[in-house]
Amino acid sequence: MTKKVNINIEHLTRVEGHGNIIVNINNGNIEKCQWQVPEAPRFFESMVRGRHYSEVARITSRICGICSIGHTLASVKASEDALGIKVTEQTYKLRQLLKHAENFDSNVLHVYILAAPDLLGAKSVFPLVQSHSDVVKRALALKRLSHEWGSLIGGRTTHPTTVVPGGFTKVPSESALRELKDKLVAAIPELDATVETLLSVADKIPAFERPTEYIALSNDHEYAIYDGQVQALLPDGNKKRYAVSEYLSITNEYMSEWSTAKYCKNQLTSYMVGALARVNNNYEHLCPEAKKVAKQFALTNLTTNPYMNTLAQLVELVNDAHMSIGLIDQLLAQGLVKEPIVQPSQFATGTGAVEVPRGILFHEYSYDSDGMCSAGNYVIPTNQNHANIQYDFEKLVPELLAQDKTEAEMELALEMLVRAYDPCISCSAHYLKVKFVK
Amino acid sequence: MSTPTNIKPKVAFFDFACCEGCQIELTNYGDTDFLKLLQHIEIVEFREAMSEKTKQAIDIACIEGSFTREADRKRLESIRDRAKTVISYGQCAATAGINALKNHQDDYKTFVYGKDAQMPHLDSSFARPVSAVIKVDYQLFGCPMNKYEFLDILGHLIHGKEPVIPNYPVCVECKRNETVCRYLVGDHCLGMVARAGCGAPCPADGIPCEACRGFVDNPNQAALEKVLVENGGLSPERAKNRSRMFNANERGDAS
Repeated sequence: MTKKVNINIEHLTRVEGHGNIIVNINNGNIEKCQWQVPEAPRFFESMVRGRHYSEVARITSRICGICSIGHTLASVKASEDALGIKVTEQTYKLRQLLKHAENFDSNVLHVYILAAPDLLGAKSVFPLVQSHSDVVKRALALKRLSHEWGSLIGGRTTHPTTVVPGGFTKVPSESALRELKDKLVAAIPELDATVETLLSVADKIPAFERPTEYIALSNDHEYAIYDGQVQALLPDGNKKRYAVSEYLSITNEYMSEWSTAKYCKNQLTSYMVGALARVNNNYEHLCPEAKKVAKQFALTNLTTNPYMNTLAQLVELVNDAHMSIGLIDQLLAQGLVKEPIVQPSQFATGTGAVEVPRGILFHEYSYDSDGMCSAGNYVIPTNQNHANIQYDFEKLVPELLAQDKTEAEMELALEMLVRAYDPCISCSAHYLKVKFVK
Repeated sequence: MSTPTNIKPKVAFFDFACCEGCQIELTNYGDTDFLKLLQHIEIVEFREAMSEKTKQAIDIACIEGSFTREADRKRLESIRDRAKTVISYGQCAATAGINALKNHQDDYKTFVYGKDAQMPHLDSSFARPVSAVIKVDYQLFGCPMNKYEFLDILGHLIHGKEPVIPNYPVCVECKRNETVCRYLVGDHCLGMVARAGCGAPCPADGIPCEACRGFVDNPNQAALEKVLVENGGLSPERAKNRSRMFNANERGDAS
């Protein structure tokens, strides 16, 4: 334990945005162990002030390129709450279908492009083009599917166009929806193959347990990603639900000295959001095919190894595809019509939440009587995870030290842990740096 | 930049203050186009996709995001020193785009961070384009960038040709697409002063053009305001601020 280790990684790769890890260990004593986020702050809360309600989601979509659909949906939901707008059933279903598209798209990106190289022993997806060409082709084909899927409903996947407060400015044709369903059905064997690929490397997922609080949208009738209440699950299995409007007292954001992003806590010192938190909270609502995959990877309704988040994303890929096939059937049974945009009936304050790939996202706005925004606030999933990553580090580093891991092994374990959370740091404010002295 | 066909140009991607949506567009080509692209270029650094970083010379550096703090100046200068050609891609890099939407506010820091606003790591000043710090050879506009325009520019450069960047308004593209004018359906639009090249998807999808590729050269901003009020039904106050979303740094009143 007296050997000298000094690792210094700046700008962790294969994550969205910039994060640093600082760990100083001296003669077996951990002197410093920090997850830092020095991403350049962008001030979106301030930017929306003085903008008309029809423009606000177009601004806040730009908070994040990966979850721009989710930011758009959380934004229009919050604006609709503030403006007294109730959307139609068709709009609700189309938005659910759009939300599935984004989570599917991002989960494919993370499972294959960002996380898989660690499991396949590569530094990026590019060498895999040669060594695992079938895997890369499958990933890119699934990526194209989700892009076409989201674009059909949202106009674009990066900064959608058709989603506005009160409904959709353009709806897909029934024939286009039928085509999408055929593509989703055709993708099921590709998802089966994805499960097989991950099963073959599942033993590379580190064993590490740290039970924490898990927070996700939840409702009584489905696997919630677009709508529901906020549910908090504690390690003893106790569940508690909150209204979305109570988000400030759930998230309790506070500033850290070493991070441009804010930290959060609810009932415990930290909590986790994202795919694992969703599966833990809403396991019973997974479709049978997704439950089968969960069982194959030993995911339960209370999985406490944060590295398993990547596998929870895989379970969700299967769930997204099957639930979306069902949604398309329902939409086609009703017949698609071009509906007028529902207009505001009031101008007040409102909140909205959706499950973006990395977890629950909250937006809140206030509007004046001219429909101009006077204040905006957002609580971003990655911010809600920062404190949890920090506490994971504080448990993991001593364990790695006790296992007498090499410097390189420690570095990889910490990087993989952060990547498992699939952090989206531009959202939360960008950076990773590992520094060890052992 | 003419290179023998057996030597692939080394291309690197870098990001500053932005949403990284333009990088995400690079993943949206799907299987065929993306694998073809890799036959023609060698990607030597791309933090979001790969662990390797390069200290070597780069043929084409693609920079995304705005310059918002002095701490980033050295990194930009180092990229310029190593790169034969620099492309700023996406509106945040080209003009500072949406990031500049707070430039006219004097209280943005305290509004977001309250009493913590003065913490040194929260340093941020006006959002500026990459070209405010280093020489930029080509600009790829748009929020998000048009991924096919990216291929077009890269294709031209690889073949030693000069890319053509449109400098006519979005209205031209709506006419070509036979999209009904937003003003004829009771809406408003910024298309008449907005730089084209996107293919005008927004009016075709039923929403106004937000001029996310910036203004065409010499935009008549006074006439825009007048049309927004008289034909678009906007209040004078809203009309005055309407083009700020992506053009805060391009307007007559830029901070």
